[in-house]
Amino acid sequence: MEPIAPDLFTLEGGEPALLGGRDKASGRIVFPLPTDRERFDPVALPREGRIWSWTVQRFRPKSPPYTGPADFTPYAIAYVELPGAVIVEARLTGFDPATLKVGLPCRLVVEPFAGKASYAFAPLETENV
Amino acid sequence: MSDVCIIGAGIHPFGRTDGVTGLQQGVFAARQALADSGAGWADVEIAFGGSSAAGNADIMVNDLGLTGVPFINVANGCATGGSALFGAYSAIKAGQAEIALAVGFDKHPRGAFDPKPAEWGLPDWYGETGLMLTTQFFALKLRRYMEQFGISARTLGLVAEKAFENGALAPHSWRKQPVDLETILNSQMVNDPLTKFMFCSPAEGAVALVLASEKKARELGADAVKLKTATVRTRPPGSFEVFSPGLDIERGPSPTVIAAKAAFEAAGIGPQDVDVAQLQDTESGAEIMHMAENGFCADGEQEQWLAESWTKIGGKLPVNTDGGCLACGEPIGASGLRQVYENVEQLRGRAGARQVEGARVGYSHVYGAPGLSAVTILER
Repeated sequence: MEPIAPDLFTLEGGEPALLGGRDKASGRIVFPLPTDRERFDPVALPREGRIWSWTVQRFRPKSPPYTGPADFTPYAIAYVELPGAVIVEARLTGFDPATLKVGLPCRLVVEPFAGKASYAFAPLETENV
Repeated sequence: MSDVCIIGAGIHPFGRTDGVTGLQQGVFAARQALADSGAGWADVEIAFGGSSAAGNADIMVNDLGLTGVPFINVANGCATGGSALFGAYSAIKAGQAEIALAVGFDKHPRGAFDPKPAEWGLPDWYGETGLMLTTQFFALKLRRYMEQFGISARTLGLVAEKAFENGALAPHSWRKQPVDLETILNSQMVNDPLTKFMFCSPAEGAVALVLASEKKARELGADAVKLKTATVRTRPPGSFEVFSPGLDIERGPSPTVIAAKAAFEAAGIGPQDVDVAQLQDTESGAEIMHMAENGFCADGEQEQWLAESWTKIGGKLPVNTDGGCLACGEPIGASGLRQVYENVEQLRGRAGARQVEGARVGYSHVYGAPGLSAVTILER
């Protein structure tokens, strides 16, 4: 399936990883990977992290830009802290919104969104993150 | 350098006004502000104005008069009004003009804003996958804050209850019906933890302010209020802003924190000297977080502040005395100037049923995408 954007994530090595950019001068890591390769080197981000903050989107965003299904189901989103790298914004998948809380461990998955491959974070059952 | 005064304030009521364009509302506010000031349009030597969705402010010369006045359009997100005021303030401070006008107006379609990713320097997937919503940002910033500092959902409700209580007392507000706490807490959840009544809506309205040098204010015999400072700051490293696909793990202060600090320094006073404050309350949690970011309390103390009604009219620091964005709606270009308008009315003792007794120092704070804050301090 075609990725929703180039250079958003990589599947090299069999497991998906988001791509960030490392500022050559400062070492700061940003997400997503900027197009300015003079300044930023691509870096595969950690695949596992913890929920840093979360909410549930309970009304359908306007289209454009939203390309999700017309038949709307609320979805959870979060900022996920990828240790030692950066905090990324993401949709959550497989979580019961009623049980969401800051600190829950999660892992990156690639899944279909509007006919293309996009990313989300799913529950991680182990506590050894 | 001259001291700067506000000598005239005008407002077109906020809310929904069918059949009247945003620009017309701006002209209405400008005429009212000029009449209030005692100066005429021909006396205005420079003007700054803007809207987000209702056209170019400088078109107003068609209605106000072709005096040849330089008229600068401002587009600065939610801080458009604050930035227009900053322009007018700076022109007078620098001696470039004796009388200046700042005007902001807007008229938005119903529903949440629908920004385009490219205009914010963001990739299309960010909007396509449903991550680019202002309401999400507010909820995500707030959830983190509530966890860190022990803020309860009830406190969010109390902020909204106060807003509608105050809005009912302000002639220019949109929402004029008080709403009780239970209704607020049990209304439809929009973005957890924020319910429908905890969010402001895009709306319509306009505000204009006439500024003058202290010398000119005296000559005109105006009912003047001193504008001690108008301070604008953009975001420092590590701040948490709207429309951010990624955040630094090493967290930093917000643009509000640095704008507030600079404003207090410029005015030579501290938070304890403020009698009335208008703080950006795009949603209930924003008011809570901005109380601390502006220096009025420590993080977490808001629980007690709200429980004790300290931010109500009659409390030790009344906040958002006209109901703020929650009760007035948020016409982007006008919203920051509404806060200053409200402080001008309070300091002149013209605020009627919502008057804060003896108010002498007024503070206003507006926050806008993609991470800037504007603070003004007024003194009688």
